[in-house]
Amino acid sequence: MTPLPGIGVRKDFALRNGQRVGVINHRDGEVELIVSRSDDPDACVASVPLTVDESATLGNLLGTPQLVAQLAEEHKDLPGINTKQLPILDGSPYDGRTLGDTEIRTRTGVSVVAVMRAGQVEPSPGPDFTFTAGDLLVAVGTAEGLAATVKVLKNG
Amino acid sequence: MEADHTALALIQLGAVFFGLGILGRLAQRIGMSPIPLYLLGGLCFGKGGFVYLGDISEFTELAAEIGVVLLLLMLGLEYTATELFTGLRRSWLAGVVDIVLNATPGVAVALMLGWGMTGALVMGGVTYISSSGIIAKILNDLGRTGNRETPVVLAVLVFEDLVMAVYLPILTAVLGGISLAAGLRAVGISLLVVSIVLLVAMRFGRYVSAVLYSEDREIFLLKLLGSALLVAGVAASMQVSAAVGAFLLGIAIAGPAAHSATKVLEPLRDLFAAMFFVVFGLNTDPADIPPVLAWAIALAVVTSLTKIATGWWAARRQGIGVMGRARAGVSLIARGEFSIIIAGLAVSAGAVENELAALATAYVLLMAAAGPIAARVVEPISRRLRRTPPAPTAPPPRAAKRSLSG
Repeated sequence: MTPLPGIGVRKDFALRNGQRVGVINHRDGEVELIVSRSDDPDACVASVPLTVDESATLGNLLGTPQLVAQLAEEHKDLPGINTKQLPILDGSPYDGRTLGDTEIRTRTGVSVVAVMRAGQVEPSPGPDFTFTAGDLLVAVGTAEGLAATVKVLKNG
Repeated sequence: MEADHTALALIQLGAVFFGLGILGRLAQRIGMSPIPLYLLGGLCFGKGGFVYLGDISEFTELAAEIGVVLLLLMLGLEYTATELFTGLRRSWLAGVVDIVLNATPGVAVALMLGWGMTGALVMGGVTYISSSGIIAKILNDLGRTGNRETPVVLAVLVFEDLVMAVYLPILTAVLGGISLAAGLRAVGISLLVVSIVLLVAMRFGRYVSAVLYSEDREIFLLKLLGSALLVAGVAASMQVSAAVGAFLLGIAIAGPAAHSATKVLEPLRDLFAAMFFVVFGLNTDPADIPPVLAWAIALAVVTSLTKIATGWWAARRQGIGVMGRARAGVSLIARGEFSIIIAGLAVSAGAVENELAALATAYVLLMAAAGPIAARVVEPISRRLRRTPPAPTAPPPRAAKRSLSG
């Protein structure tokens, strides 16, 4: 964390290849994604302003696979059990409806163990948890069950 | 008669603002700070200029004063007291180097021109202080906010602004021509007030913000402007300089109140600050400039080099690479609003020669224009100097790894 007086805070870290990646949290709430140049780690090759939604989406993209990999690792001794990330897409019939409405558990045998939203994990969502487009569901079940769940989330 | 006077004043004022608008547009087109153009605009009118604007002088003088108050208030709003304290702790050495390297040329020239100790104090301030407004814009426009040398640049600016809080009251006391004892007392009082306000701002800043803050823009604006002018006026009557009063008030306002205060005040600041630069130009006789132009150019060259040295040194201490050091040094070159504020205080007190105003104008014209340009060209030039091939397009590390393994 590096304070930038008058601007905000810079949070970044060095990658294995020496490049820096991080964000600047501007005082007015704006978030900027920064990537340093590979020939001059002091300077930035990109600084991209992100809206709240955009940074949430980026957080989901980066964070969910890790969570899924972790869960898959824990389940690897149970053959036939898979962990997958399933998105609530724009236009999904469950955008704005609850987990209970989907009846996924009853219809496919799949459990939703977590929901990633805005880079945050919502563990063990209850039946009254309301989805919005952009959420990523972390689901555990058989391969067939998961395939069926994808269809349920897309077509209702 | 009275109606005629009003009509003429409105026409003149309208023409001035409209002209400034066109100049600002021009500045935007060529990507430079509008400050030099505002100054030039002021030079064209007024004493020895093409047109004499006598009918609005009362208004413009007051507007210029308000401009200074707003400039300093907004500067104070940029920082919280905590940021100032940590900045002071971390960068005081770089700050001292900055003072020594950059005030000395101004002091030396003033003494050589025979302007005495007062002139030396003024010119030292003029060449010392970088323009945080222009520099913030440079950093933002060139996408350097995330660079590692940027905190170094900002720390130097923070230190300079704190120095201003002490320097301006001293300058006001000296310009007032009061006796040494009274001068020392004024300086003592101002130091005491500055420290107390900073402490109060750190502990109780949110109460100040709470008293001033209002959801309603109109009420908030009136309360803000009212308190700023009140504090500035009281400070001025205590010989602490109106500008410093406003600066300290800005520091005391923190959190969301500071953020919305910046938004509410920005258009007002732009209006009155533009007026301030014009009035400074108005009070400068263009005929005074040619005799001091050589000095201005010499000062510009020397103090550009000393600012580069300051930034270079400060960045190297933080372990920044050569290119980053060059960027940090060159970013600091720009001088602007504060140099003019200092010169303006001196001129309006009538304690210095007319040539000082001319020199300060010419100097700031050069530096405010040169700063952004230098910041833009520093990378290509230093790269050529180091004879490295032009920015090798970042070898995509992922792809490289894949080709190795597969």
